[in-house]
Amino acid sequence: MTTKILAVDDSRTMRAMIQTALTDAGFDVDLAEDGVDGLDKLSGADPDLVITDINMPRLDGFGMIEGVRARPECASLPILVLTTESGEELKQRARTAGATGWIVKPFDAEKLVAIINRLVV
Amino acid sequence: MSDLRDMFFEECDDLLEVLSTGLDDLQNENSDAETINSMFRSVHSIKGGAGAFGLDRLIKFAHAFENVLDDLRSDKLAVDPTITALMFSGFDHLNDLVDAARDDNDLPETDGAAVLAELKQTTQAANGTTGAEDEDANEVSEDDFVALSVNIGLDLGGDDSGLPDLPGLPPLGETSDGNSQFVVKFEADSALYARGHDPALLFRAIGEMGDLTIEADCSAVAPLESLQDAPASISWTLTLRPDDGIDEGTIREIFEFVEGQCTLEISEMMAEEEASELVVAPAPAAKAPEPVAKPIAQKSPAKAPKAEKVEKANKQEAKGGDGGKKSSEPRNSTIRVDLNRVDRLINLVGELVISEAMLRQSMNELPVSANSAVSEAIGQLKTLSGVLQESVMAIRAQPVRGLFQRMSRIVRESSRQAGKTSRLVMVGEATEVDKTVTERLVEPLTHMIRNSVDHGLEKAEDRLAAGKPEMGTIKLEAAHRSGRVVISLSDDGAGVNRVKVRQKAEEKGLVRPEDDLTDSDIDNLLFRPGFSTADEISQLSGRGVGMDVVRSEIQALGGRINLQSEPNKGTTITISLPLTLAVMEGMLIEVAGESLVVPTVALRETLQPGQANIHDFCDGDRGLSVNDSMLPIVDLGEALGFRSPLKNFNNQSLLLIEGESGRRSALAVDGIVEQREVVIKGLEQNYQTIPGIAAATILGNGKIALIVDTDQMIPSPGNGNPGLRKGSELTEVNSYV
Repeated sequence: MTTKILAVDDSRTMRAMIQTALTDAGFDVDLAEDGVDGLDKLSGADPDLVITDINMPRLDGFGMIEGVRARPECASLPILVLTTESGEELKQRARTAGATGWIVKPFDAEKLVAIINRLVV
Repeated sequence: MSDLRDMFFEECDDLLEVLSTGLDDLQNENSDAETINSMFRSVHSIKGGAGAFGLDRLIKFAHAFENVLDDLRSDKLAVDPTITALMFSGFDHLNDLVDAARDDNDLPETDGAAVLAELKQTTQAANGTTGAEDEDANEVSEDDFVALSVNIGLDLGGDDSGLPDLPGLPPLGETSDGNSQFVVKFEADSALYARGHDPALLFRAIGEMGDLTIEADCSAVAPLESLQDAPASISWTLTLRPDDGIDEGTIREIFEFVEGQCTLEISEMMAEEEASELVVAPAPAAKAPEPVAKPIAQKSPAKAPKAEKVEKANKQEAKGGDGGKKSSEPRNSTIRVDLNRVDRLINLVGELVISEAMLRQSMNELPVSANSAVSEAIGQLKTLSGVLQESVMAIRAQPVRGLFQRMSRIVRESSRQAGKTSRLVMVGEATEVDKTVTERLVEPLTHMIRNSVDHGLEKAEDRLAAGKPEMGTIKLEAAHRSGRVVISLSDDGAGVNRVKVRQKAEEKGLVRPEDDLTDSDIDNLLFRPGFSTADEISQLSGRGVGMDVVRSEIQALGGRINLQSEPNKGTTITISLPLTLAVMEGMLIEVAGESLVVPTVALRETLQPGQANIHDFCDGDRGLSVNDSMLPIVDLGEALGFRSPLKNFNNQSLLLIEGESGRRSALAVDGIVEQREVVIKGLEQNYQTIPGIAAATILGNGKIALIVDTDQMIPSPGNGNPGLRKGSELTEVNSYV
């Protein structure tokens, strides 16, 4: 079974970069452009892992993570935060919201893939 | 990567547009929390992308900018004119940095240094920090843009042919000397599971760092019946015989994400000879606690011959995953298309429209009934090709917003240089215009705005004395009007100083003292070549480029430009442009057996003159009296060199045309055929510029018709008429206008 990933980011450049990195690594990638879109696509995409940005219109990353966690079937779905910020405060907020881990942009494709492989069976 | 780079810069343009819109709202006190938020996100996304492409200067600046926006959205700062001005300067510099990065240029170090410093200072002041301590939690130095370092020795290059079942392991030989080992004690809180972590996966990652054995202590696990809601109570002891280069830090990194959600102890000790023997010894099943020894990963069978082999979850499957790769792009998705392809498409559709017209014409000559199936189908073809043409043209259409926003910067810069305060008001930014038109409007509009700020707006004290607000207003407006785009630029300045303009024009010999000129005539003298009213050449607009250049640029786009001014109220310059450069509405006429097209834009009236209205002058020129004014008559056949001058205009039709300057003349032609849309075919690629001819088109019958350059058919003082053999004499006639 190919690992399915839902990547949520409001920047189309970033979406394209994530998509390129992850499809090259053999993952199936679904994209969403903000938190609302991400939650909309969650059921259809049925991902094995979610990657989300924090600063997004309509619904930000924290809201997105909380929304995912609120769904019983996603209670233990790994969620990676991909963001430019690296502050401890932000990490703590993300963790409280239910994030599994974080990666600081700009990301290194190999490292991103390595981290994903550590989070999905 | 270069595709992504292009995409990044395209996105930057969009983001800068969002930022600019936000700034305008801010300035017009039309902003809310979301305004600042969207501005923040724009700068933030630029920073994010810049990071990916290693654009350090852009990152640094965007970061400082973003911090101020962050302070604004968290109410640490309030919007005031100083902040707004700083935001505008920041926006301008951000624009410059993006442009420079796009062109791989480096801006001089000093560029933007002041803005950067001011942005930083603002953040520091808002947060009560000093420069030294502003490395707070959210401060991102360049170092933070190094991606999170997670060295788990994975090589995902896919070239692990030697060990297909263990992808990503470091090459053999890099083994540890077996002298030291790490003992990791790990107990997970339930929160760890609730955040999507799986200890087995963490252990797998550690297993990739060397020889790993794991013991699970399940003694604290609750009995099955009370298992639900019980705390996670398995603890593990991991013993790692590490590969080279693995230290405690590397191991801790694996646990970074679960920090605070587990109990973790890592200790390093010298390896005992018996260690592996000890852990692999199967424990008696009946015993409790039950130490389960399970080496989950190993480098090779030879290294731990007695250990039970557990095959790692193999990502190979995922890596080689083929087919079914789906990706859903967001709604409103767009594709990027080479402009040349679009142009080719537009050209082909143009040809199609011509073929369709030819077909229709041939049909008319056939004895086919109008309600026959063929006629109906052809009618449908006509409708479809019309719609097709419109749709294709729409591809090239772009809102003028981007253009207007660029002008907003020109207003700011010109005002600064001229020592005036002014603001730009934009109306109808969503109006769509052909991409080429918007691109080619940049220069003329820039020049017009500089003129408006420099010459149009009065100095602050004069404005106050005239009872006007100190801040001048420049208004840029776009609208669609009867199949054309009308862009107008107005200022609330002093208006054209007609006395001065007239005086200047007389000095330059453009008009004679005895000429009777209307206000509008005088205003439009500004478009004459070499005309400049500024007494002293200002740094802004006195660059030897006058409004005449603006006019010719607009004309080159098939547009008209007109200036209206009211003393003490201000000046409005109106540009009217065709929606597209590829198709034009024209009047098909005949002269000396040739078919020609006169652009409808220039056409005011057609008439069959009575001899009484035509007046001969002593030098052979003739004028037409219309509504109490005298217009020069231009014999088109003669002007284009088709034939010798006509003796009289008895059998001629006269087309009254008006040029961009507002001047008019009457074109004498043999006959008027019909009004129609023509596809413009440039001549200059294949021929030189032909005086009096703007372009050509192909008619329904396959014949070529030349398109008349009407502006060259209007004699005017100081305006040479290359298309006219008698240009200089005709200016005499013009003095009657």
